[in-house]
Amino acid sequence: MGQSVSVRVILPYHLRTLARVDGEVALEVGEPVTVRRVLDALEGGYPMLCGTIREYGTGQRRAFLRFFACEEDWSHEAVDAELPRAVAEGREPLLILGAIAGG
Amino acid sequence: MSTVRVLVGTRKGAFILTSDGKREDWTVNGPLFAGWEMYHLKGSPAEPNRIYASQSSGWFGQTMQRSDDGGASWTPVGNKFTYEGVPGTHQWYDGTAHPWEFKRVWHLEPSLTDPETVYAGVEDAALFKSTDGGATWQELAGLRGHGTGPRWQPGAGGMCLHTIILDPSDAGRMYIAISAAGAFRTDDGGVSWKPINKGLVSNFMPEPTAEVGHCVHHVAMHRARPGVLFMQKHWDVMRSDNAGESWQEVSGNLPTDFGFVIDVHAHEPETLYVVPIKSDSEHFPPEGKLRVYRSRTGGNEWEALTKGLPQKDCYVNVLRDAMAVDSLEECGVYFGTTGGQVYASADAGDHWKPIVRDLPAVLSVEVQTLE
Repeated sequence: MGQSVSVRVILPYHLRTLARVDGEVALEVGEPVTVRRVLDALEGGYPMLCGTIREYGTGQRRAFLRFFACEEDWSHEAVDAELPRAVAEGREPLLILGAIAGG
Repeated sequence: MSTVRVLVGTRKGAFILTSDGKREDWTVNGPLFAGWEMYHLKGSPAEPNRIYASQSSGWFGQTMQRSDDGGASWTPVGNKFTYEGVPGTHQWYDGTAHPWEFKRVWHLEPSLTDPETVYAGVEDAALFKSTDGGATWQELAGLRGHGTGPRWQPGAGGMCLHTIILDPSDAGRMYIAISAAGAFRTDDGGVSWKPINKGLVSNFMPEPTAEVGHCVHHVAMHRARPGVLFMQKHWDVMRSDNAGESWQEVSGNLPTDFGFVIDVHAHEPETLYVVPIKSDSEHFPPEGKLRVYRSRTGGNEWEALTKGLPQKDCYVNVLRDAMAVDSLEECGVYFGTTGGQVYASADAGDHWKPIVRDLPAVLSVEVQTLE
């Protein structure tokens, strides 16, 4: 793993309340910055989020969540794909969104 | 003076209702975990300020919470529920084999003696145990593995393990119930299990008296007589006087024997409560009248309790874990509805009042009687 950089993550409302954070979360992540590494750092800092974004065991993204970076949907990209430089440089956040679903 | 604390789980958060022993004036605290489905909250009999809560969401899955101060503050605890070994399959609705998949925790049952020990009944049906205050969970895999598991099938609400009863006279004995598999008992602390469904008749099954496959909705027991069990089945109210070895129907003169809840008076082991629901097609009270039925004879003879309950245009349901009793001298009885009302009776059911009227749909009600 390369040098650590500060990555910004925006969580959906219910995960912010679960993790008791306001606004964005800042995480130290080793380069290259990937979804997997961001989630590893997130769950390391906030263990109560384990299992809420990706499944235990399989590591699969939960079905009603989406990942966005630089206005692009990264939900279906490989979790080890390198995220845009703007995320690694802290200019843009990784956005974790809950799907608008249900009544 | 005693205090009564009512723990209410709803579709959109949890609420804690408190009153003194008169049970006339109530304080409502909540919503806690606003927006989350709170299937069940239950306090430890050994340390009543230790409360466990099941918090879940269609988006974020299962999380668990624990309070050590009576619900004033909460700490997330372990939420990793992993089936032992290869999970195997059960029957799907169409009879095909379907892999076991963890979905949520329906019921929490803290140990009678150890605040650190708690059991969790989950969907897809399995029993888990924590001995470290909910930090980690281990499956008691003998239940799914005793032999009938591949024949279990989900009920309409999912294949949930919704009832856990600990025998206060025998630390090794425990009863559980699953929709739609039936009731099961262990006599060795959860290592080995056997179905206890003799006498149950479920006409929707190809073999109505089969060993498993019955849609048991809830089971209740009185602490003073742990070998006597009362069951609200999908249809039929049943009792067993031999620790589940056999069951007899005690529906008697109920207007309908479909329903979800059943409970026992705190001091009268032969006094039972049910809330008849019209049918499995129409999940509301018959005639639009919300009536609790009480039997003082252990079943068969039932009387309608109506004072203070709506007797027209009422079309709510009362779900399986949404009734409880306190242990004050004059036994209090409580139940919650899918319409968001929590009703309380401070005189064993003779008179009822709503504590709250407009909560989200109530999933569970538990009561703590505090000295």
